[in-house]
Amino acid sequence: MAGTVAAGSPQMDRRLSRRVTGTILAVAGVLIVALFIFMVTRAPNDDALPVSLGFSLNNFFVWIGALNPLVQIPIVVVVFGLVIGAIVLLIEYAPRPGRIYFWLRLVACFVIPFIAFMVLRPYQNAAVYIVAIALLAGALLFFADYRARQGSGYAFQLALFLAPATILILVGLIYPALSTVVASFLDKTGKEFVGLGNYVWVFTNPDGFWSVINTLIWAVFAPTVSIVLGLAYAVFIDRARGERVLKVLVFMPVAISFVGAGIIFKFIYDYREGQQIGLLNAIIQMFGGQPVSWLDAQPFINTLCLLVVFIWTQTGFAMVFLSAAIKAVPIEQTEAASLDGANAWQRFRNITVPGIRSSLIVVLTTITIASLKVYDIVAVMTGGRSNSTVVAFEMVNQQQRFQSYGHSSALAFVLFLFVMPLIVYNVRQMRKQKEVR
Amino acid sequence: MVIDAQPVLDRKAVRAVARETRRNENEVQKRLTSKGATIAAIIIAFVWTIPTFGLLVTSFRPGADSTTSGWWTIFVNPNFTLENYGEALNSGGTALTLGDSFLNSLAIAIPATLIPIAIATLAAYAFAWIPFWGRSAVFVFVFALQIVPIQMALVPLLSLFSKGLTINGVGIFPGFTLRDADHSFATVWIAHAVFAMPLAIFLLHNFIAEIPSELIEAARVDGAGHGQIFFRIILPLSMPAIASFAIFQFIWVWNDLLVATIFAPSSSLPLTQTLNSLSGSWGDKWYLQSAGAFISIIVPLIVFFSLQRFFVRGLLAGATKG
Repeated sequence: MAGTVAAGSPQMDRRLSRRVTGTILAVAGVLIVALFIFMVTRAPNDDALPVSLGFSLNNFFVWIGALNPLVQIPIVVVVFGLVIGAIVLLIEYAPRPGRIYFWLRLVACFVIPFIAFMVLRPYQNAAVYIVAIALLAGALLFFADYRARQGSGYAFQLALFLAPATILILVGLIYPALSTVVASFLDKTGKEFVGLGNYVWVFTNPDGFWSVINTLIWAVFAPTVSIVLGLAYAVFIDRARGERVLKVLVFMPVAISFVGAGIIFKFIYDYREGQQIGLLNAIIQMFGGQPVSWLDAQPFINTLCLLVVFIWTQTGFAMVFLSAAIKAVPIEQTEAASLDGANAWQRFRNITVPGIRSSLIVVLTTITIASLKVYDIVAVMTGGRSNSTVVAFEMVNQQQRFQSYGHSSALAFVLFLFVMPLIVYNVRQMRKQKEVR
Repeated sequence: MVIDAQPVLDRKAVRAVARETRRNENEVQKRLTSKGATIAAIIIAFVWTIPTFGLLVTSFRPGADSTTSGWWTIFVNPNFTLENYGEALNSGGTALTLGDSFLNSLAIAIPATLIPIAIATLAAYAFAWIPFWGRSAVFVFVFALQIVPIQMALVPLLSLFSKGLTINGVGIFPGFTLRDADHSFATVWIAHAVFAMPLAIFLLHNFIAEIPSELIEAARVDGAGHGQIFFRIILPLSMPAIASFAIFQFIWVWNDLLVATIFAPSSSLPLTQTLNSLSGSWGDKWYLQSAGAFISIIVPLIVFFSLQRFFVRGLLAGATKG
């Protein structure tokens, strides 16, 4: 029977077994979810105690926390190195064919999830379910791995490569982000639903309102000014004598903390009666002007003063990055253009800028995100006084001083909305680059 | 590109062309570094250095002087002392001195640099060299996670660490009991590792993906598994990227104020926090702060200068293509 596949032939077998594999995996997945739901709907038991295998992450942290800080460094580095080493060893050996490696994979699939959950010390009433979930997840991984199209061992090593990062991202970024979104619709205590109340607060309360306005000012001026200055500087000193020294001078502020920068600029912005010790006011006084209290000057002047500090620290970053990109532009192109009679500006505009376009995007994105998230400068220099607050600062302020998680979460979500277009643009850019390649 | 220049056979003409080329090259060189540009560059460098210089001068002036006159008066009335540095190291906030918190900063920053780099390199390798279903979508998602502001994650993460996770009255994870620990940094390490993850994976992936596939194919033919390829080929070859990210992460963690303020117990606070509270309750001890600020700047500068040869090479991979 030409053209049809007889039942029982290897081809048919594989197709059938693929479906069987899929079904089994789906059933196991549903079972895990069901177990989880079953667990959290059990009657709460207030007397439950944490159970452990005699060792736990908590024990380790408590033990290491009692040591001298300098002793802690090598210990934690070695312990962590051992864990990573074990992962790499498993990745190397487990996928090999052979009976021994089959058993190695099988044991690893059950033991690793079990231990991983048990070091977290689940409570008594949850432990049974958690162990069941862990073992089921291990079995699922083993089965998926065993039946994988790319051969057994493939899914296993993939899981090992990605598991640490996945756990960190799920626990540290995705879970908190989701719970913040939920909290932004709840009131101060986190119990009453208030709808969009917190968002209304953000745009009507003076603190919330000014933080949004100021953040927008930051996001517009900080990246543009520091990139223009950094790029100009990088071009000016390109192939000049003493380039290295000139670079280091402007780069130095990058290594200085915002706290340090805040202290440094106190000696610029300081204002007092009588003799000035702030450089800016001293200069003004020298020319016969009236000293100004820069950090209290409204509107916008104090925000601009803070912006200057930020630009001071970011220009060096932009400069180093863009300078390297400029050097990657083939010198022949510039030379050819100059032989064709293009002047310096035309060469810059038509050859250098297109040549470093993607670096420009990277720097622009990085600095804009940093400026949207700026907290330290405001906290150290003004503490948000005189309408100089920004969203990221106000968020922490609402949380720490007023214990108002609803307001804080709404501010966080607003910040999230501000960052979104940037990321979308970058992702598009990334996609385009992939297509070109 | 097709080159269709006439072959130059005449020696004289060759020399003439060479001379001409040299002249043109010199011209280009000269025009690229014009006088105006040099002056502008020097002005920028000067303006950028003045604030730090002022701090440096202040840190060596007696406290009584720097609270009454500007640091520039030092040129008229020179008066130097080293006392500020000694005093700064031994004074501090409520719980610990600047010297103690310097050690804390080291204990926070070194593990908080190494841990995320190791984890991110593993993940970046998988994204670059192991094909799997939905790979590019997941990678884009990880990149897009930079969207989550740190501040958004702070409170939920803090309550996860201290109170654990309880769903509907069923306790799943009890949290850490680190309240009584002397110098606990565990939560700070984890928090920094988490927040570094998206950018680290993104940057390292860009570099690792550019490693020639022939190398990896050859190793595979020789019987190396992913473990060996990762350890013997990828790790050594991507050292520039790893080192340059390490510089950034270290400087970032060292200079961080927010994460440490939220997660570190009061005996584990880093330098930035102590420095901030060093000014005295009336802001009258600036001279101590200026000395302290210099102490805090030294370490990132050392790190930067010792690793800078890797710096730009590593960060630019995947970004230099127009």
